[in-house]
Amino acid sequence: MIDKGWLTVGGIGRWAIDTFLRLGFAARFLGLTLLNSGVCLRRPRLVVREVYFSGVLSLVIILVSGLFVGMVLGLQGYQTLKTYGSESALGVLVALSLLRELGPVITALLFASRAGSAVTAEIGLMKATEQLRAMEMMAVDPIARVVAPRFWAGVISTPLLTAMFTAMGIYGGYLVGVVLLGVDEGSFWSQMQNSVDFREDVVNGLLKSLAFGFAISWIAVFEGYDAPPTAEGVSGATTRTVVTSALTILFLDYILTSLMFRGL
Amino acid sequence: MSPDNFVEISGLQFGYGRRSILKGLDLRVPRGQVVSIMGGSGCGKTTLLRLIGGALRPSQGSVVVDGESVGALGRDGLYRLRRKMGMLFQFGALFTDLSVFDNVAFPMRERTALPEPIVRDLVLMKLHAVGLRGAAKLMPAELSGGMARRVALARAVALDPELIMYDEPFTGLDPISLAVISNLIRTLNDALGATSIVVTHDVRESMKILDYCYLMAEGQIVAQGTPAEMLASDKPYARQFFRGEIDGAVPFHYPGADYRTELRLGNRDR
Ligand SMILES: Nc1ncnc2c1ncn2[C@@H]1O[C@H](COP(=O)(O)OP(=O)(O)O)[C@@H](O)[C@H]1O
Ligand SMILES: [Mg+2]
Repeated sequence: MIDKGWLTVGGIGRWAIDTFLRLGFAARFLGLTLLNSGVCLRRPRLVVREVYFSGVLSLVIILVSGLFVGMVLGLQGYQTLKTYGSESALGVLVALSLLRELGPVITALLFASRAGSAVTAEIGLMKATEQLRAMEMMAVDPIARVVAPRFWAGVISTPLLTAMFTAMGIYGGYLVGVVLLGVDEGSFWSQMQNSVDFREDVVNGLLKSLAFGFAISWIAVFEGYDAPPTAEGVSGATTRTVVTSALTILFLDYILTSLMFRGL
Repeated sequence: MSPDNFVEISGLQFGYGRRSILKGLDLRVPRGQVVSIMGGSGCGKTTLLRLIGGALRPSQGSVVVDGESVGALGRDGLYRLRRKMGMLFQFGALFTDLSVFDNVAFPMRERTALPEPIVRDLVLMKLHAVGLRGAAKLMPAELSGGMARRVALARAVALDPELIMYDEPFTGLDPISLAVISNLIRTLNDALGATSIVVTHDVRESMKILDYCYLMAEGQIVAQGTPAEMLASDKPYARQFFRGEIDGAVPFHYPGADYRTELRLGNRDR
């Protein structure tokens, strides 16, 4: 019994040490990526190409999800607001929920599972098939050529996709609230305009999505670069990207919300 | 260090973690020659190439390439040295997201400031040399194993390297592709005035194109000589390797407890 307990303590200790070592590697890797990001400025085409791929991968799912989430918000919001006779505030409710929380968070979750996992798999496969080593032997740094453009593409894409998700969501809320349930169109839009603060709501939401994009991209490129160069290694890394990103997004969201909207 | 040798390795020791792989290896590659390094799987041939390319650093001994000690170079020095090298990886390692043309153009576009029309002509010339000019627009996934290897070869020599390294270029090829690749290794070496190192287990095919041959075992060079000398060699490793004997200096059995003792113990437990 004592022996077993000791083993467990040892096991936890080893797990903690491994986790900290990995975090250290990840931090060092991020540092290297940032240091080698000059290429992205000198050759913006490299980043544009990756933004295009991430965008194409994620655009349809982002737009469709945005529409549905907005429609559900319209429906639920209408039911609740009607009990207080304030259906005209539906526009505010839909817009604020999307701008502050649902837009950034759901977009980030979708982006991580669609584009983040694809980046991990791609870099992992490039490693497993020695493409990265080949690049190194050609005196081309794979961190500058492969990792940095994908990293920055993720950072740039997330806020853009968030904006599209939110716009679709508001349109979905409008469809259900105004077109279907008969909320007054004028008050839907004018109350929204009056209550949504650009800095407080729009900018904060975009800052959130920027932070999420940074986290997802970091996780995705690191997991890919760190993946064991085998089929199981790459598939494990892909799964880890999705799981770690999701947890990180939700945790970050809590932290950022508590910092940004403290005065409310 | 003699200026006649492009690569000179002496007393090289290297290990992954505590497991030592190379144990005092000496080897010389004279300029202009095609030299092969042979040895069983896992004996450290790829590791040796990576040490020559500077992707790994020796723990003891020295690796000197074109007069420069690879282990002592910083990042910039290493990248400068690698511009003189081309390497063909075991399965080609073509960039899967680029076309054949773009794969060969990659080193030119990344490392030189050549204008695009010249890049285009150079790429077509390199592809022509490996007989695949017509395949320039294909993607790597559309190529057969032998074609992929030839494209990778065109990419490896894209910038006219002085040293070309081949990691098992014959693995998994049919006899025709194999003969094509082995001829290309010789002709490209002579046409470019380069030096080549070919890692392989393919005794028969590589013997035709080699100037000199090293046999590795247990982290050292155990036999060396011209192909003819190697085939006639009476050293135990060489005899076993070149004649394909199953048991000899390299034992068939992985080291373990005595067979009989182990079986008898198994019986007593039951
Ligand atoms: N990155 C690595 N980490 C730990 N061990 C390795 C690594 N790469 C290769 N090895 C081990 O080193 C030995 C030599 O590998 P390698 O040079 O690839 O052999 P070869 O190319 O001759 O088949 C093998 O036993 C292999 O398992
Ligand atoms: Mg090998």
